[in-house]
Amino acid sequence: MIGVKHLLGIKYLSREDIDLILHTADTFLDVINRPIKKVPTLRDLTIVNLFFENSTRTRLSFELAEKRLSADVINFAASSSSISKGETLIDTVNNILAMKVDMVVMRHPKPGAPHFLSERVNARIINAGDGAHEHPTQALLDAYSIRRKLGEVSGKKVLIVGDILHSRVALSNIFCLQKLGAEVMVCGPPTLIPKYIEQLNVKVETDLRKALNWCDVANMLRIQLERQDIKYFPSLREYTMLYGLNRNLLESLNKELVIMHPGPINRGVEITSDVAVSNHSIILDQVENGVAVRMAVLYLIANRQED
Amino acid sequence: MPPRLILDSARFSITIRRLCFQLIENHDNFSNSVLIGLQPRGILLARCIREELNKLTGNNIAYGELDTTFFRDDFRMKALVPNTTQMECPIENRNVILIDDVLFTGRSVRAAMDALQQFGRPNHVELLVLVNRRFSRHVPVQPDYVGLTVDALFSEKVIVQWAGDMNTAAITLTSAESNDRS
Repeated sequence: MIGVKHLLGIKYLSREDIDLILHTADTFLDVINRPIKKVPTLRDLTIVNLFFENSTRTRLSFELAEKRLSADVINFAASSSSISKGETLIDTVNNILAMKVDMVVMRHPKPGAPHFLSERVNARIINAGDGAHEHPTQALLDAYSIRRKLGEVSGKKVLIVGDILHSRVALSNIFCLQKLGAEVMVCGPPTLIPKYIEQLNVKVETDLRKALNWCDVANMLRIQLERQDIKYFPSLREYTMLYGLNRNLLESLNKELVIMHPGPINRGVEITSDVAVSNHSIILDQVENGVAVRMAVLYLIANRQED
Repeated sequence: MPPRLILDSARFSITIRRLCFQLIENHDNFSNSVLIGLQPRGILLARCIREELNKLTGNNIAYGELDTTFFRDDFRMKALVPNTTQMECPIENRNVILIDDVLFTGRSVRAAMDALQQFGRPNHVELLVLVNRRFSRHVPVQPDYVGLTVDALFSEKVIVQWAGDMNTAAITLTSAESNDRS
């Protein structure tokens, strides 16, 4: 049985919890590749997808996972809601729960919003991204994709490149990969690397070529311009020249390298189109694996017995 | 009360062979039949029966292993960890033989019938069990092939002890909590 009642972050999961999620995802990956891609496991549950921030992949992936588990699904987008009329988060959620909703999948721009909610409402909460804090299901699907591609995560060297400072994907990935026994390095402009990141036992490199020579897997992150209130580097062009991954750089390394990207891709900025579709890339596998991993998370959290 | 031996290894292998001959009577050369073991414990029996039938018929009989976890009706009552499903062949219009070790409440078999629908519409579905615990059914499910029939109290547990090797196999009856997974 999974050790947590809510999935708020990777920080709260044990190694055993992560292994259980990845093992369960194997069976769901099998399910979604069958002619009938659906099982009746959550047919008695209603799940609300509460998105206070824009999302395409994560929201679709969660919705598909929920539907393939036969749950009833309602979608909520903050932009078309009474939030704009001044309603608080707890009131909004309690009103939704009064309609007999069992689980909440929430994305929110404020770090800690799902934690706050989990202490105050009577429903299972799954964090689909809270500000620049955590994005646990993305980290789980990234680890799962590495495991499927390379056999295991333990002992692998994983590089995370880009806007580490504003990235919830980076933090969750660091926690998840380290718990599974991988080594993690971050690479990016010094202004986009958090000041105390070494305390997480993470290597730091500002030269992309050196970093790529070190790693088995490179996870290329997007520059999160929407979270940047000041200029962290002179221009996107300069960022691309120093930290963008292109075919010339990739071929000059002359090594097997797995390229990942959590999406959405800014083609020509952090990664060029030819690299994104090359044999090294498992970007679309990540999307497919995402549905299986989210099915596993929903299944395990929904089935967890009360303490 | 100490565990009571109800089937020793000598009778165990005789029972398996008898079940195989009964299957051959009804399925001839198995050209349109598929053996499907139910996870987790039915697969050991299914593998053993398949091996025996392959020897007896000289054919490579179609085979699959089916996990019913996501189709069970008690999943919210306890934490169930799913197993793998491996279906080597389609079951559309084929004669399916579901194989499990112990038939108790019948709920596993009911779940298996639902899980089976994912792989097509079989022509005919039969059920083979090593142990049929009578008078304990929760749903109207009856086996077509039975190794051993046992009448036991609801609180007693039938334990099939083996790791796929018939020479070390045994079936015992113990006083324990109800075995509601079968």
